[in-house]
Amino acid sequence: MRILAIESSALTASVALCDEFNILAQYSVYHKKTHSQTLLPMIDEIMRMSELTPSDLDAVAVTKGPGSFTGLRIGMASAKGLCLALDIPVIAVSTLEALAANLIGSRENISPIMDARRNQVYTGLYDALRLPKALEKERAIGILQWIDILNKRGEAVAFLGDAVAVHADTIAKSIKVPFRFASANQLLQSAASLSVIAVDYYKKGIFADVDGLVPEYLRLSQAERERQEKLKENQSESNVEAQSAEK
Amino acid sequence: MKIDNLGTINILAIESSCDETAAAVVQNGRKVLSNVISSQIALHEIYGGVVPELASRKHMENINPVIRQALAQAGIKLPDIDAIAVTNGPGLVGALLVGVAEAKAIAYALGKPLIGVHHIEGHIAANYIEHPDLEPPFFALVVSGGHSMLIRVADYGSYELLGSTRDDAAGEAFDKVARAIGLGYPGGPKIDRAARKGDPKAIDFPRAKIEDAPLDFSFSGLKSAVLNYINGCEMKGVSWSQEDVAASFQEAVVDVLVRNSMEAVREYGIKRFALAGGVSANTLLRARLESKLDAAGVRFFCPSLILCTDNAAMIGAAGYYAYMNGIRDGLDLNAQPNLELPMEVK
Repeated sequence: MRILAIESSALTASVALCDEFNILAQYSVYHKKTHSQTLLPMIDEIMRMSELTPSDLDAVAVTKGPGSFTGLRIGMASAKGLCLALDIPVIAVSTLEALAANLIGSRENISPIMDARRNQVYTGLYDALRLPKALEKERAIGILQWIDILNKRGEAVAFLGDAVAVHADTIAKSIKVPFRFASANQLLQSAASLSVIAVDYYKKGIFADVDGLVPEYLRLSQAERERQEKLKENQSESNVEAQSAEK
Repeated sequence: MKIDNLGTINILAIESSCDETAAAVVQNGRKVLSNVISSQIALHEIYGGVVPELASRKHMENINPVIRQALAQAGIKLPDIDAIAVTNGPGLVGALLVGVAEAKAIAYALGKPLIGVHHIEGHIAANYIEHPDLEPPFFALVVSGGHSMLIRVADYGSYELLGSTRDDAAGEAFDKVARAIGLGYPGGPKIDRAARKGDPKAIDFPRAKIEDAPLDFSFSGLKSAVLNYINGCEMKGVSWSQEDVAASFQEAVVDVLVRNSMEAVREYGIKRFALAGGVSANTLLRARLESKLDAAGVRFFCPSLILCTDNAAMIGAAGYYAYMNGIRDGLDLNAQPNLELPMEVK
């Protein structure tokens, strides 16, 4: 069994090839976000280095979000195209769950934090002693609010992800449970980590619908958000009007 | 270019540059085996225009079903496809990226050639589909949301620019005016419809003429004149007619487009003239241009309505001639929102 794993949800562009027991190749670049240009050539490169052709693949795994909207779409459209053309299944894994797999074997809980801008992080909480198991559902949340939740849980936690660089000081100041930050080699997205989960999904037969699969953005588009706020405003205004009319 | 007979070439074409997700299978550049378009108009209508992020999200949902439908309707299996053509610009970058990533993955998986197609080259090639006898050289008026230009199609994939807009594109003016007079999105068809009930002579909007370049266009003054007219009426408390403004505005745009086209006919002794781009769906423009060109003894070509709006069949047609010209793109093909059509300036 051979799986191609694609991770392009943030700055990192990472692709990996694995079989049931081994990572055959991984290629990760943490430089600039030009995923649309680099991703397919990277896939082509690791396939050739591994002496494989596309028809040797049994499945394609891809992170389904959260993350950069555009980055997610580039990875997922690539996965969709490959699976459509090769007629193989797609495995879709949460970006945060795949990140947590960087720290498999840890005794602390794992909190992957991705910079979601607007003073928020995309995060969740995982037990990753073995394959990651979700303890808190994933969300977009303010970092202080999130630390509050972790403090209330009262358990030790390891942080990783690109938001560590953004919020390390804030975390150090506000957190009351034992904590650590992942080292640089484990800090960011890795398609090898994704492929560890993908192998488990493959064996369990957990596949996504190739055609229907869409990213889990965890956020509305700006236009939708603004429209909802406006509708809410109008609604509360008309409620006030209705109330004053009753009086 | 001389087209050697290489037998049957089937191109799978993908287009996602704006608010339509489209796929098609085109044989030898001229025969459309399927042309599937999933329109997003309903999605964007409540926002009064195309919302780029929503368009990109919708493309993700639609892309695979649209491609599968195009293959099924054509009765073609993927191994029988000879090349993948995809619009890689210009357009909305996030929207383009979905089609480009998908096309690259399919081309890579199948080991087939990949061809990036300029959206406007697709619009020009739409004319080949229904007119088997149309071959370069010929002249074309290209009018869309981003372009207004008169060109000479010297050969397949070879263009000379004769005149272009100095400011707004014609389609852009349609969209902006439609919003200003409360018609909303999509501006082109809505103005077309409203204008049928209005008086095209009700308001005398300006027809800009550029002194030293009689084939160039300018539409920003016209757009401002429409806005000023409405503001003026409202300040004076005078009511104005949406239909009359739509009709008078459309009349002014079409006047200018036709005037410059006929100027080009006179200057270059044109015998064959094609209309291309989204605005070529405009009823008045099609009719007026046809009658003027007819009277001048010039053959007029224009795609049917379904091939005027964004579609993938036209990308397949243009992709075929690029394929025959030996053009191949690498797996590093990128979406380019401001991609320019390489052109010689005359």
